[in-house]
Amino acid sequence: MTTAVEAPAVRARSVTRRYGDRTVLHELDLEIRRGEFVALIGKSGCGKTTLLRTLAGLDALDGGDLTVPPSSTVVFQEHRLLPWWKVWRNVAINLPRGTARARARSALEEVGLGDHAEAWPVTLSGGEAQRVALARALVREPELLLLDEPFAALDALTRIRMHGLVRNLIARHRPAVLLVTHDVDEAILLADRVLTMREGRIAADHRVSAAARTRGDAAFVTLRAELLAELGVVEQ
Amino acid sequence: MSTPTIAAAVSPPAADPGAPALVAPRRRGLPYKVISWTVPVLLLVAWELLARAGVIAPNVLPAPSSVGTTAWRLTETGELPTHLWESLKRAAIGLAIGGSLGLVLGTLTGFSRLGEAIVDRNIQIVRAIPFLAILPLVMVWFGVGESGRYFLVALGTLFPIYLNTVLGIRQVDPKLLEMGRVVGLPKLRLVRTVILPGALPSVLLGVRLALTNAWLALVIAETVGAPAGIGFMATNAREFLQTDVIVLVIVLYALIGLTTDLFARFLERRLLAWHPNYHGGSQ
Repeated sequence: MTTAVEAPAVRARSVTRRYGDRTVLHELDLEIRRGEFVALIGKSGCGKTTLLRTLAGLDALDGGDLTVPPSSTVVFQEHRLLPWWKVWRNVAINLPRGTARARARSALEEVGLGDHAEAWPVTLSGGEAQRVALARALVREPELLLLDEPFAALDALTRIRMHGLVRNLIARHRPAVLLVTHDVDEAILLADRVLTMREGRIAADHRVSAAARTRGDAAFVTLRAELLAELGVVEQ
Repeated sequence: MSTPTIAAAVSPPAADPGAPALVAPRRRGLPYKVISWTVPVLLLVAWELLARAGVIAPNVLPAPSSVGTTAWRLTETGELPTHLWESLKRAAIGLAIGGSLGLVLGTLTGFSRLGEAIVDRNIQIVRAIPFLAILPLVMVWFGVGESGRYFLVALGTLFPIYLNTVLGIRQVDPKLLEMGRVVGLPKLRLVRTVILPGALPSVLLGVRLALTNAWLALVIAETVGAPAGIGFMATNAREFLQTDVIVLVIVLYALIGLTTDLFARFLERRLLAWHPNYHGGSQ
Protein backbone atom coordinates (compact mmCIF):
# COMPACT_ATOMS: atom_id res chain seq x y z
CA MET A 1 0.00 0.00 0.00
CA THR A 2 1.05 3.58 -0.57
CA THR A 3 -0.13 4.95 2.75
CA ALA A 4 3.46 5.52 3.83
CA VAL A 5 4.02 7.78 0.82
CA GLU A 6 0.82 9.78 1.13
CA ALA A 7 -0.99 9.94 4.45
CA PRO A 8 -4.75 10.32 4.14
CA ALA A 9 -6.28 13.75 4.78
CA VAL A 10 -8.68 12.38 7.38
CA ARG A 11 -8.10 9.37 9.54
CA ALA A 12 -10.58 8.39 12.24
CA ARG A 13 -9.95 5.34 14.42
CA SER A 14 -12.59 4.05 16.84
CA VAL A 15 -14.09 7.52 17.16
CA THR A 16 -16.80 7.55 19.81
CA ARG A 17 -19.16 10.31 20.77
CA ARG A 18 -21.91 10.14 23.39
CA TYR A 19 -24.72 12.49 24.33
CA GLY A 20 -25.75 11.43 27.82
CA ASP A 21 -26.22 7.64 27.61
CA ARG A 22 -26.90 7.70 23.87
CA THR A 23 -23.90 6.70 21.77
CA VAL A 24 -24.05 8.69 18.54
CA LEU A 25 -20.70 7.67 17.06
CA HIS A 26 -19.80 4.09 17.91
CA GLU A 27 -16.09 3.24 17.40
CA LEU A 28 -16.26 4.65 13.91
CA ASP A 29 -13.42 4.20 11.40
CA LEU A 30 -13.04 6.48 8.41
CA GLU A 31 -10.35 7.50 5.95
CA ILE A 32 -10.55 10.19 3.31
CA ARG A 33 -7.63 10.55 0.89
CA ARG A 34 -6.35 13.92 -0.26
CA GLY A 35 -8.52 15.32 -3.03
CA GLU A 36 -11.13 12.62 -2.55
CA PHE A 37 -14.84 13.47 -2.55
CA VAL A 38 -16.76 11.33 -0.07
CA ALA A 39 -20.52 11.50 0.41
CA LEU A 40 -22.13 10.29 3.58
CA ILE A 41 -25.77 9.30 3.61
CA GLY A 42 -27.99 7.84 6.28
CA LYS A 43 -31.32 8.24 8.03
CA SER A 44 -31.74 11.24 10.28
CA GLY A 45 -30.31 10.58 13.69
CA CYS A 46 -27.73 8.08 12.45
CA GLY A 47 -24.90 10.41 13.51
CA LYS A 48 -23.77 11.78 10.16
CA THR A 49 -23.98 15.42 11.19
CA THR A 50 -22.27 14.63 14.47
CA LEU A 51 -19.43 13.03 12.53
CA LEU A 52 -19.08 16.14 10.37
CA ARG A 53 -19.12 18.41 13.43
CA THR A 54 -16.47 16.27 15.06
CA LEU A 55 -14.25 16.54 11.98
CA ALA A 56 -14.82 20.32 12.00
CA GLY A 57 -13.70 20.52 15.62
CA LEU A 58 -17.11 21.80 16.71
CA ASP A 59 -17.86 18.68 18.75
CA ALA A 60 -15.47 16.93 21.13
CA LEU A 61 -14.48 13.26 21.02
CA ASP A 62 -15.31 10.85 23.81
CA GLY A 63 -12.87 8.25 22.55
CA GLY A 64 -10.67 7.15 19.67
CA ASP A 65 -8.13 8.96 17.50
CA LEU A 66 -8.78 11.56 14.88
CA THR A 67 -6.40 13.23 12.45
CA VAL A 68 -7.67 16.08 10.31
CA PRO A 69 -5.74 18.59 8.19
CA PRO A 70 -4.96 21.90 9.88
CA SER A 71 -7.04 23.85 7.39
CA SER A 72 -10.62 22.71 7.21
CA THR A 73 -13.83 24.61 6.78
CA VAL A 74 -17.55 23.99 6.68
CA VAL A 75 -20.44 25.03 4.44
CA PHE A 76 -23.62 24.64 6.46
CA GLN A 77 -27.20 24.12 5.38
CA GLU A 78 -27.82 27.82 6.12
CA HIS A 79 -25.49 30.36 4.54
CA ARG A 80 -24.56 31.92 7.92
CA LEU A 81 -23.46 35.22 6.41
CA LEU A 82 -23.06 38.16 8.78
CA PRO A 83 -25.95 40.46 7.80
CA TRP A 84 -24.03 43.58 8.90
CA TRP A 85 -21.19 42.98 6.49
CA LYS A 86 -21.30 43.36 2.76
CA VAL A 87 -20.87 40.23 0.69
CA TRP A 88 -17.15 40.66 0.00
CA ARG A 89 -16.29 41.20 3.67
CA ASN A 90 -18.18 38.03 4.54
CA VAL A 91 -15.97 36.15 2.11
CA ALA A 92 -12.83 37.92 3.35
CA ILE A 93 -13.59 37.24 7.04
CA ASN A 94 -10.42 36.47 8.98
CA LEU A 95 -8.17 36.45 5.90
CA PRO A 96 -4.84 38.25 6.30
CA ARG A 97 -5.26 41.96 5.59
CA GLY A 98 -3.83 43.42 2.43
CA THR A 99 -4.78 40.74 -0.04
CA ALA A 100 -8.11 39.91 1.60
CA ARG A 101 -10.26 42.08 -0.63
CA ALA A 102 -8.68 40.95 -3.89
CA ARG A 103 -8.91 37.30 -2.87
CA ALA A 104 -12.54 37.68 -1.86
CA ARG A 105 -13.34 39.28 -5.19
CA SER A 106 -11.76 36.53 -7.23
CA ALA A 107 -13.49 33.90 -5.10
CA LEU A 108 -16.81 35.64 -5.74
CA GLU A 109 -16.07 35.70 -9.45
CA GLU A 110 -15.43 31.97 -9.31
CA VAL A 111 -18.94 31.36 -8.00
CA GLY A 112 -20.37 33.81 -10.55
CA LEU A 113 -21.13 36.62 -8.11
CA GLY A 114 -18.37 39.08 -8.95
CA ASP A 115 -20.85 41.92 -9.34
CA HIS A 116 -22.48 41.25 -5.94
CA ALA A 117 -19.38 42.08 -3.89
CA GLU A 118 -20.87 45.32 -2.56
CA ALA A 119 -24.37 43.91 -1.92
CA TRP A 120 -25.84 43.30 1.52
CA PRO A 121 -26.53 39.63 2.30
CA VAL A 122 -30.26 40.28 2.87
CA THR A 123 -30.64 41.22 -0.79
CA LEU A 124 -29.39 37.83 -2.04
CA SER A 125 -31.56 34.89 -3.02
CA GLY A 126 -31.10 31.56 -1.24
CA GLY A 127 -28.95 30.14 -4.03
CA GLU A 128 -26.79 33.27 -4.24
CA ALA A 129 -26.24 33.35 -0.49
CA GLN A 130 -25.18 29.72 -0.55
CA ARG A 131 -22.73 30.46 -3.36
CA VAL A 132 -21.24 33.24 -1.23
CA ALA A 133 -20.90 30.73 1.61
CA LEU A 134 -19.10 28.42 -0.83
CA ALA A 135 -16.78 31.25 -1.86
CA ARG A 136 -16.10 31.99 1.83
CA ALA A 137 -15.07 28.36 2.30
CA LEU A 138 -12.95 27.97 -0.85
CA VAL A 139 -11.10 31.29 -0.52
CA ARG A 140 -9.33 29.72 2.47
CA GLU A 141 -7.91 26.97 0.21
CA PRO A 142 -8.90 24.28 2.73
CA GLU A 143 -7.38 20.82 2.64
CA LEU A 144 -10.67 19.50 3.99
CA LEU A 145 -14.04 20.86 2.95
CA LEU A 146 -17.02 19.76 4.99
CA LEU A 147 -20.44 20.19 3.40
CA ASP A 148 -23.37 19.80 5.79
CA GLU A 149 -26.43 19.37 3.54
CA PRO A 150 -25.55 22.62 1.78
CA PHE A 151 -28.17 22.20 -0.95
CA ALA A 152 -31.04 20.93 1.19
CA ALA A 153 -32.76 24.31 1.51
CA LEU A 154 -32.51 25.20 -2.19
CA ASP A 155 -35.17 24.69 -4.82
CA ALA A 156 -34.70 21.81 -7.28
CA LEU A 157 -33.47 23.92 -10.23
CA THR A 158 -30.99 25.91 -8.15
CA ARG A 159 -29.77 22.65 -6.64
CA ILE A 160 -28.94 21.20 -10.06
CA ARG A 161 -27.00 24.35 -10.96
CA MET A 162 -25.17 24.23 -7.64
CA HIS A 163 -24.15 20.62 -8.26
CA GLY A 164 -22.43 21.63 -11.48
CA LEU A 165 -20.72 24.58 -9.81
CA VAL A 166 -19.51 22.56 -6.86
CA ARG A 167 -18.17 19.82 -9.11
CA ASN A 168 -16.14 22.35 -11.14
CA LEU A 169 -14.84 24.20 -8.10
CA ILE A 170 -13.75 21.06 -6.35
CA ALA A 171 -12.07 19.73 -9.48
CA ARG A 172 -10.04 22.96 -9.53
CA HIS A 173 -9.17 23.29 -5.82
CA ARG A 174 -8.86 19.58 -5.01
CA PRO A 175 -9.66 19.60 -1.28
CA ALA A 176 -10.71 16.40 0.43
CA VAL A 177 -14.49 16.66 0.73
CA LEU A 178 -17.03 15.14 3.05
CA LEU A 179 -20.58 15.80 1.93
CA VAL A 180 -23.35 14.96 4.35
CA THR A 181 -26.68 14.61 2.57
CA HIS A 182 -29.82 12.55 2.51
CA ASP A 183 -30.23 12.92 -1.22
CA VAL A 184 -28.99 9.65 -2.71
CA ASP A 185 -28.88 11.02 -6.30
CA GLU A 186 -26.79 13.97 -5.20
CA ALA A 187 -24.35 11.66 -3.43
CA ILE A 188 -23.85 9.49 -6.53
CA LEU A 189 -23.57 12.41 -8.95
CA LEU A 190 -20.94 14.30 -6.94
CA ALA A 191 -18.85 11.83 -4.96
CA ASP A 192 -16.01 9.40 -5.67
CA ARG A 193 -17.17 7.26 -2.79
CA VAL A 194 -20.54 6.97 -1.10
CA LEU A 195 -20.71 5.79 2.49
CA THR A 196 -23.85 4.80 4.30
CA MET A 197 -24.04 5.17 8.02
CA ARG A 198 -26.07 3.22 10.51
CA GLU A 199 -26.14 3.30 14.30
CA GLY A 200 -23.02 5.42 14.62
CA ARG A 201 -20.88 3.37 12.26
CA ILE A 202 -19.99 3.34 8.58
CA ALA A 203 -22.21 0.50 7.30
CA ALA A 204 -21.12 0.32 3.66
CA ASP A 205 -18.59 1.88 1.31
CA HIS A 206 -19.34 2.18 -2.43
CA ARG A 207 -16.89 3.39 -5.05
CA VAL A 208 -18.74 5.37 -7.72
CA SER A 209 -17.73 4.40 -11.26
CA ALA A 210 -17.55 7.07 -13.98
CA ALA A 211 -20.54 5.47 -15.72
CA ALA A 212 -22.69 5.77 -12.61
CA ARG A 213 -22.38 9.57 -12.69
CA THR A 214 -24.85 9.75 -15.56
CA ARG A 215 -28.44 9.73 -14.45
CA GLY A 216 -30.32 6.95 -16.22
CA ASP A 217 -27.20 4.84 -16.87
CA ALA A 218 -27.64 1.25 -15.69
CA ALA A 219 -24.75 1.64 -13.24
CA PHE A 220 -26.45 4.70 -11.73
CA VAL A 221 -29.76 2.91 -11.36
CA THR A 222 -28.16 -0.14 -9.77
CA LEU A 223 -26.09 1.83 -7.28
CA ARG A 224 -29.06 4.00 -6.41
CA ALA A 225 -31.24 0.96 -5.72
CA GLU A 226 -28.48 -0.59 -3.64
CA LEU A 227 -28.01 2.53 -1.53
CA LEU A 228 -31.72 2.96 -1.01
CA ALA A 229 -32.02 -0.66 0.05
CA GLU A 230 -29.25 -0.12 2.61
CA LEU A 231 -31.16 2.85 3.96
CA GLY A 232 -34.26 0.66 4.19
CA VAL A 233 -36.20 2.39 1.41
CA VAL A 234 -38.07 0.29 -1.14
CA GLU A 235 -39.25 2.15 -4.25
CA GLN A 236 -42.50 1.01 -5.80
CA MET B 1 -73.29 46.92 -5.63
CA SER B 2 -69.88 47.71 -4.28
CA THR B 3 -68.08 44.71 -5.71
CA PRO B 4 -68.33 45.75 -9.39
CA THR B 5 -67.18 49.26 -8.50
CA ILE B 6 -64.05 47.93 -6.88
CA ALA B 7 -63.37 45.64 -9.81
CA ALA B 8 -63.74 48.56 -12.19
CA ALA B 9 -61.39 50.69 -10.15
CA VAL B 10 -58.77 47.98 -9.96
CA SER B 11 -58.76 46.75 -13.53
CA PRO B 12 -57.45 49.82 -15.43
CA PRO B 13 -54.01 49.93 -13.75
CA ALA B 14 -53.77 46.16 -14.16
CA ALA B 15 -54.60 46.43 -17.86
CA ASP B 16 -52.28 49.41 -18.33
CA PRO B 17 -49.14 48.81 -16.33
CA GLY B 18 -46.72 51.66 -15.65
CA ALA B 19 -47.63 55.28 -15.03
CA PRO B 20 -51.20 55.11 -13.63
CA ALA B 21 -50.34 52.36 -11.16
CA LEU B 22 -47.35 54.36 -9.93
CA VAL B 23 -49.24 57.63 -9.55
CA ALA B 24 -52.20 56.25 -7.66
CA PRO B 25 -50.54 55.51 -4.29
CA ARG B 26 -48.71 58.84 -4.32
CA ARG B 27 -51.94 60.74 -4.85
CA ARG B 28 -53.44 58.91 -1.90
CA GLY B 29 -50.35 59.62 0.25
CA LEU B 30 -50.50 63.41 -0.11
CA PRO B 31 -53.95 64.06 1.44
CA TYR B 32 -53.06 61.82 4.37
CA LYS B 33 -50.08 63.99 5.27
CA VAL B 34 -52.05 67.19 4.77
CA ILE B 35 -54.95 65.98 6.90
CA SER B 36 -52.73 64.60 9.65
CA TRP B 37 -51.07 68.00 10.01
CA THR B 38 -54.22 70.06 9.48
CA VAL B 39 -55.93 68.91 12.66
CA PRO B 40 -53.18 69.93 15.10
CA VAL B 41 -52.76 73.25 13.30
CA LEU B 42 -56.52 73.89 13.53
CA LEU B 43 -56.45 73.09 17.24
CA LEU B 44 -53.62 75.56 17.68
CA VAL B 45 -55.56 78.24 15.79
CA ALA B 46 -58.67 77.56 17.90
CA TRP B 47 -56.60 77.84 21.06
CA GLU B 48 -55.19 81.17 19.86
CA LEU B 49 -58.61 82.55 18.95
CA LEU B 50 -60.23 81.43 22.21
CA ALA B 51 -57.38 82.95 24.21
CA ARG B 52 -57.62 86.25 22.34
CA ALA B 53 -61.39 86.31 22.74
CA GLY B 54 -60.83 85.97 26.47
CA VAL B 55 -62.65 82.65 26.77
CA ILE B 56 -59.44 81.12 28.19
CA ALA B 57 -57.89 83.29 30.86
CA PRO B 58 -54.19 84.06 30.14
CA ASN B 59 -53.15 82.92 33.63
CA VAL B 60 -54.75 79.53 32.96
CA LEU B 61 -53.44 78.95 29.44
CA PRO B 62 -51.74 81.79 27.54
CA ALA B 63 -52.18 82.08 23.76
CA PRO B 64 -49.62 80.28 21.59
CA SER B 65 -48.50 83.62 20.21
CA SER B 66 -47.75 84.94 23.69
CA VAL B 67 -45.74 81.79 24.46
CA GLY B 68 -43.86 82.47 21.23
CA THR B 69 -43.16 86.06 22.24
CA THR B 70 -41.96 84.92 25.65
CA ALA B 71 -39.61 82.44 23.98
CA TRP B 72 -38.22 85.21 21.79
CA ARG B 73 -37.82 87.63 24.72
CA LEU B 74 -36.05 85.05 26.90
CA THR B 75 -33.77 84.08 24.02
CA GLU B 76 -32.79 87.71 23.49
CA THR B 77 -31.93 88.21 27.16
CA GLY B 78 -29.84 85.01 26.97
CA GLU B 79 -31.83 83.47 29.80
CA LEU B 80 -33.34 80.65 27.77
CA PRO B 81 -30.10 79.51 26.06
CA THR B 82 -28.29 79.46 29.41
CA HIS B 83 -30.92 77.31 31.10
CA LEU B 84 -31.27 75.05 28.07
CA TRP B 85 -27.53 74.53 27.95
CA GLU B 86 -27.47 73.68 31.68
CA SER B 87 -30.17 71.05 31.14
CA LEU B 88 -28.57 69.56 28.03
CA LYS B 89 -25.26 69.30 29.85
CA ARG B 90 -26.86 67.45 32.76
CA ALA B 91 -28.67 65.06 30.45
CA ALA B 92 -25.53 64.39 28.41
CA ILE B 93 -23.26 63.81 31.42
CA GLY B 94 -25.85 61.68 33.22
CA LEU B 95 -26.49 59.63 30.11
CA ALA B 96 -22.79 59.18 29.47
CA ILE B 97 -22.23 57.88 33.01
CA GLY B 98 -25.36 55.72 33.19
CA GLY B 99 -25.10 54.53 29.61
CA SER B 100 -21.49 53.41 29.76
CA LEU B 101 -22.05 51.72 33.12
CA GLY B 102 -25.08 49.92 31.70
CA LEU B 103 -23.15 48.88 28.62
CA VAL B 104 -20.16 47.57 30.58
CA LEU B 105 -22.26 45.73 33.18
CA GLY B 106 -24.57 44.39 30.46
CA THR B 107 -21.61 43.11 28.47
CA LEU B 108 -20.20 41.43 31.59
CA THR B 109 -23.51 39.71 32.32
CA GLY B 110 -24.08 38.79 28.70
CA PHE B 111 -20.68 37.18 28.25
CA SER B 112 -19.77 35.32 31.38
CA ARG B 113 -21.69 33.18 33.82
CA LEU B 114 -19.48 34.55 36.59
CA GLY B 115 -20.23 38.11 35.53
CA GLU B 116 -23.93 37.33 35.54
CA ALA B 117 -23.71 35.73 38.99
CA ILE B 118 -21.97 38.80 40.39
CA VAL B 119 -23.86 41.58 38.64
CA ASP B 120 -27.33 40.54 37.59
CA ARG B 121 -29.17 39.94 40.86
CA ASN B 122 -27.99 43.26 42.32
CA ILE B 123 -29.16 45.14 39.28
CA GLN B 124 -32.53 43.42 39.38
CA ILE B 125 -32.96 44.33 43.06
CA VAL B 126 -32.08 47.99 42.54
CA ARG B 127 -34.21 48.08 39.43
CA ALA B 128 -37.25 47.05 41.43
CA ILE B 129 -37.14 50.46 43.15
CA PRO B 130 -38.88 53.16 41.09
CA PHE B 131 -35.85 55.36 40.59
CA LEU B 132 -37.70 58.56 41.44
CA ALA B 133 -38.62 57.11 44.82
CA ILE B 134 -35.06 57.55 46.00
CA LEU B 135 -35.18 61.29 45.33
CA PRO B 136 -35.25 62.21 49.08
CA LEU B 137 -32.27 59.94 49.66
CA VAL B 138 -30.38 61.54 46.79
CA MET B 139 -30.99 64.95 48.34
CA VAL B 140 -29.63 63.75 51.67
CA TRP B 141 -26.57 62.22 49.98
CA PHE B 142 -25.69 64.94 47.53
CA GLY B 143 -27.49 67.98 48.92
CA VAL B 144 -28.60 70.39 46.25
CA GLY B 145 -25.36 70.13 44.21
CA GLU B 146 -24.97 69.06 40.62
CA SER B 147 -23.76 65.53 41.38
CA GLY B 148 -27.18 64.50 42.72
CA ARG B 149 -28.76 65.43 39.40
CA TYR B 150 -26.13 63.52 37.43
CA PHE B 151 -26.77 60.60 39.72
CA LEU B 152 -30.51 60.62 39.07
CA VAL B 153 -30.11 60.81 35.29
CA ALA B 154 -27.43 58.11 35.36
CA LEU B 155 -29.66 55.86 37.43
CA GLY B 156 -32.56 56.36 35.04
CA THR B 157 -30.47 55.54 31.97
CA LEU B 158 -28.45 52.64 33.37
CA PHE B 159 -31.23 50.05 33.49
CA PRO B 160 -32.69 50.26 29.99
CA ILE B 161 -29.23 50.11 28.47
CA TYR B 162 -28.10 47.31 30.78
CA LEU B 163 -31.19 45.17 30.13
CA ASN B 164 -31.13 45.65 26.36
CA THR B 165 -27.41 44.98 26.12
CA VAL B 166 -27.81 41.68 27.98
CA LEU B 167 -30.79 40.78 25.82
CA GLY B 168 -28.97 41.73 22.62
CA ILE B 169 -25.93 39.60 23.45
CA ARG B 170 -28.15 36.65 24.39
CA GLN B 171 -30.03 36.93 21.11
CA VAL B 172 -26.96 36.73 18.89
CA ASP B 173 -27.46 33.78 16.55
CA PRO B 174 -25.39 30.84 17.87
CA LYS B 175 -25.06 29.62 14.29
CA LEU B 176 -23.12 32.76 13.41
CA LEU B 177 -20.86 32.19 16.42
CA GLU B 178 -20.20 28.68 15.15
CA MET B 179 -19.36 30.06 11.72
CA GLY B 180 -16.90 32.41 13.41
CA ARG B 181 -15.20 29.43 15.03
CA VAL B 182 -15.11 27.53 11.74
CA VAL B 183 -13.24 30.35 9.99
CA GLY B 184 -10.94 30.54 13.00
CA LEU B 185 -11.79 33.95 14.47
CA PRO B 186 -9.94 34.54 17.74
CA LYS B 187 -12.16 35.22 20.76
CA LEU B 188 -11.71 38.98 20.84
CA ARG B 189 -12.41 39.41 17.14
CA LEU B 190 -15.43 37.15 17.51
CA VAL B 191 -16.77 39.65 20.04
CA ARG B 192 -16.08 42.58 17.76
CA THR B 193 -17.27 41.14 14.47
CA VAL B 194 -20.12 38.88 15.51
CA ILE B 195 -21.40 39.51 19.02
CA LEU B 196 -21.43 43.30 19.35
CA PRO B 197 -22.91 44.03 15.89
CA GLY B 198 -25.49 41.32 16.56
CA ALA B 199 -26.43 42.97 19.83
CA LEU B 200 -26.48 46.49 18.38
CA PRO B 201 -30.18 46.75 17.40
CA SER B 202 -31.12 45.87 20.95
CA VAL B 203 -28.54 48.24 22.48
CA LEU B 204 -29.84 51.12 20.36
CA LEU B 205 -33.37 50.39 21.51
CA GLY B 206 -31.98 50.67 25.04
CA VAL B 207 -30.47 54.04 24.16
CA ARG B 208 -33.86 55.30 22.98
CA LEU B 209 -35.56 54.21 26.16
CA ALA B 210 -32.70 55.70 28.16
CA LEU B 211 -33.12 59.07 26.45
CA THR B 212 -36.76 59.16 27.51
CA ASN B 213 -35.77 58.29 31.07
CA ALA B 214 -33.00 60.87 31.07
CA TRP B 215 -35.43 63.72 30.43
CA LEU B 216 -37.92 62.37 32.92
CA ALA B 217 -35.21 62.24 35.58
CA LEU B 218 -34.13 65.74 34.66
CA VAL B 219 -37.63 67.21 35.00
CA ILE B 220 -37.78 65.92 38.55
CA ALA B 221 -34.18 66.72 39.45
CA GLU B 222 -34.40 70.29 38.22
CA THR B 223 -37.64 71.14 39.95
CA VAL B 224 -35.98 70.36 43.29
CA GLY B 225 -33.59 73.10 44.25
CA ALA B 226 -31.70 73.53 40.99
CA PRO B 227 -30.09 76.97 40.49
CA ALA B 228 -30.49 76.77 36.68
CA GLY B 229 -31.93 74.67 33.90
CA ILE B 230 -35.29 74.66 32.19
CA GLY B 231 -36.87 72.77 35.09
CA PHE B 232 -35.71 75.60 37.34
CA MET B 233 -37.24 78.05 34.87
CA ALA B 234 -40.61 76.36 35.28
CA THR B 235 -40.41 76.24 39.09
CA ASN B 236 -39.37 79.84 39.20
CA ALA B 237 -42.19 80.85 36.86
CA ARG B 238 -44.67 79.08 39.12
CA GLU B 239 -43.66 81.35 42.01
CA PHE B 240 -44.51 84.39 39.91
CA LEU B 241 -47.54 82.82 38.16
CA GLN B 242 -45.87 83.23 34.73
CA THR B 243 -48.01 80.68 32.95
CA ASP B 244 -46.48 81.55 29.58
CA VAL B 245 -43.01 80.49 30.79
CA ILE B 246 -44.41 77.27 32.27
CA VAL B 247 -46.09 76.42 28.96
CA LEU B 248 -42.90 77.33 27.14
CA VAL B 249 -40.91 74.88 29.27
CA ILE B 250 -43.45 72.15 28.62
CA VAL B 251 -43.22 72.79 24.88
CA LEU B 252 -39.42 72.75 25.16
CA TYR B 253 -39.48 69.35 26.87
CA ALA B 254 -41.65 68.04 24.05
CA LEU B 255 -39.30 69.45 21.41
CA ILE B 256 -36.28 68.02 23.17
CA GLY B 257 -37.97 64.64 23.36
CA LEU B 258 -38.73 64.77 19.65
CA THR B 259 -35.20 65.84 18.76
CA THR B 260 -33.50 63.17 20.82
CA ASP B 261 -35.79 60.55 19.34
CA LEU B 262 -34.93 61.76 15.84
CA PHE B 263 -31.27 61.57 16.78
CA ALA B 264 -31.68 58.01 18.05
CA ARG B 265 -33.45 57.03 14.85
CA PHE B 266 -30.73 58.66 12.79
CA LEU B 267 -28.19 56.52 14.69
CA GLU B 268 -30.26 53.41 13.98
CA ARG B 269 -30.43 54.19 10.28
CA ARG B 270 -26.71 54.82 10.08
CA LEU B 271 -25.54 51.90 12.19
CA LEU B 272 -28.16 49.40 11.08
CA ALA B 273 -28.08 50.05 7.35
CA TRP B 274 -27.71 46.30 6.88
CA HIS B 275 -30.86 45.48 8.85
CA PRO B 276 -33.99 44.80 6.74
CA ASN B 277 -36.24 46.39 9.39
CA TYR B 278 -34.42 49.73 9.32
CA HIS B 279 -34.79 50.66 5.64
CA GLY B 280 -31.73 48.49 5.11
CA GLY B 281 -30.46 46.74 2.04
CA SER B 282 -28.71 48.30 -0.90
CA GLN B 283 -31.48 50.79 -1.69
